[in-house]
Amino acid sequence: MEKKDALINYCLRLGDSSLILGQRMAEWCSNGPILEEDIAMTNLALDLIGQARTMLTYAGEIEGKGRTEDDLAYKREEREYYNTLLSERPNGHFGDTVVRNFLHSAFFYHLYQALKNSSDEMIAAHAAKSIKEVTYHLRHSAEWLVRLGDGTSESHNKVQESLNNLWEFTGDLFEMNEVDELLIKEGIAVDLNSIKKDWDKTVNDVLERATLSRPEDEYMQTGRLDAMHSEYLGHLIAEMQFLQRAYPTAKW
Amino acid sequence: MEDIKKLEEFQAKIDAEIKIEPKDWMPEDYRKHLQRQISQHAHSEVIGMQPEGNWISRAPSLRAKVVLLAKIQDEAGHGQYLYSAAETLGKSRDEYIEELQTEKAKYSSIFNYPTLTWADMGAVGWLVDGAAIVNQVSLQRTSYGPYSRAMVRICKEESFHQRQGYEIMAHMANGTPEQKAMAQDALNRFWWPSIMMFGPHDSDSPNTGNAVKWKIKRETNDELRQKFIDKTVQQAEVIGLTIPDPDLKWNEEKGHYDFGEMDWEEFWRVVKGNGPCNKQRLNHHKKAHQDGAWVREAALAYAAKQKEKQLVA
Amino acid sequence: MSNTDNQGDVWEVFIQSKPGLPHKHAGSIHATDKEMALQNARDTYTRRQEGTCLWVVPLNAIVSSMPEDNDSFFDPSDDKIYRHPTHYVMPDGAKHI
Repeated sequence: MEKKDALINYCLRLGDSSLILGQRMAEWCSNGPILEEDIAMTNLALDLIGQARTMLTYAGEIEGKGRTEDDLAYKREEREYYNTLLSERPNGHFGDTVVRNFLHSAFFYHLYQALKNSSDEMIAAHAAKSIKEVTYHLRHSAEWLVRLGDGTSESHNKVQESLNNLWEFTGDLFEMNEVDELLIKEGIAVDLNSIKKDWDKTVNDVLERATLSRPEDEYMQTGRLDAMHSEYLGHLIAEMQFLQRAYPTAKW
Repeated sequence: MEDIKKLEEFQAKIDAEIKIEPKDWMPEDYRKHLQRQISQHAHSEVIGMQPEGNWISRAPSLRAKVVLLAKIQDEAGHGQYLYSAAETLGKSRDEYIEELQTEKAKYSSIFNYPTLTWADMGAVGWLVDGAAIVNQVSLQRTSYGPYSRAMVRICKEESFHQRQGYEIMAHMANGTPEQKAMAQDALNRFWWPSIMMFGPHDSDSPNTGNAVKWKIKRETNDELRQKFIDKTVQQAEVIGLTIPDPDLKWNEEKGHYDFGEMDWEEFWRVVKGNGPCNKQRLNHHKKAHQDGAWVREAALAYAAKQKEKQLVA
Repeated sequence: MSNTDNQGDVWEVFIQSKPGLPHKHAGSIHATDKEMALQNARDTYTRRQEGTCLWVVPLNAIVSSMPEDNDSFFDPSDDKIYRHPTHYVMPDGAKHI
């Protein structure tokens, strides 16, 4: 594998995860439990889609075939998407979303902290900008997790179940392959093993405050590295890409 | 006779353009009128998130997606500012929401029309926000302080909304034949409902009298409607779309456009609950509210526990 | 509606638009705890770089004077014109005073 191909793939991983999580958060619009939270969740979506645009644009530039952020977002198929399995999980109820966002934000947080020192200037700059956003995402989702975990017995049971259900998708966040190997050598990528313990600590601290128990690490689903997804992603993408696919000659 | 004296003082303040603030004495009818108008305005912002929200997941570019999202977010924010203003009149947001959900309160009928194509995002921004802005600019000078302050903030933020919609329309009107057809179709469907947003003719509008005397409304329905039509016709011409009104004609003498009569039967049908989406919009709102009940309860329970801990400590 | 389902308390929001300026009232939000109040104020009122610092204050912690206090509170300062610099006559030609 060439460094260029590895770098494109790495940018797609970052961009796709933000895009899919952002698309999910946008689905909350007009469905929040309280008006202020509707506004907050839209802010998260806007941050995430903004992050996706930066990384997809960069991936297109490295590739050098003239593909734009929109070409990459709207004209790739399911098996060409490299987002995390966690990001594509359906919103479910508010607790499901809070847990998914919390686990994912904690991952992004430690990932971007480390990527600030990437030898690739674009990635380092992207990480430095994104870290400000995901710091807030982490705080927002962590506080909600604590409220729900330590709220009523109903809310406690609900989010504990969300956590149990989503846990099997957390292993996928830390999977690595030859892309990582090559880019770690170049000082571009982060060794995900090195941020796993930070992620563990963040997660454990918040779960403790939330009076929730951390599920056992049993079987972990994987697939992100090979663009192997759940059935949910196809529907998300079909909806997202509808206009571009239906009117291929139109500009929007 | 205390009240007559108070009423005279109140009117004198209004006439002198001094704003009325929440703790000031005000006639009960003034309070009721404001509660109704501001909450209706707030409900409209919140229900108005739905027709546009219908296209966020399908926005045809990432730029279009963030722009639309930011715009809808503003609407949530504006609903929030307006509920805040309405709450200063002695009713809680809970009560206002209950009035909406039990159909005691109305919201703008325009949101009971469906958004069928992407061009509708253009039409809604250009026409619906355009009409709303004409009304809101006028309301910045309304006599009730909190309402006026909310309107000032809202007008500042909304300035990009209409441009966003018009940009979509312009783009599509100059696009492929299919896109142009979508744009014209959207204009055809949204034109009449948009100009009916200003409400019935002044002669048929029972609330106008006091509202103008008390300077809650600074201009009448017909005045505002004329303003909107006068500025919109040229915008349609520039992008090559046709406003679906055969009677629309410049009247040199008046310095305004003449236009055809609106379908008031349709207007009242939609107001009374039989528009294409009335039930859908309300059910959506109720469902979100009910789905969120356990979350709000949890937050309250958590806060109560925290307070208890503080007392013990 | 029951007490177990409501929109939380009203908090008033004050924003400092840049260092050196006073915090100015922006509006209000609903929240059930301090952290939520701060986050909701941030998400609702600083979407366009409006602020460098936020205060949130529970509405029920604010003590307001009432309109009927106005005569006794604010009118007595009407005739204290000696509190304003323009009250004083300076000799012709005096500078920087």
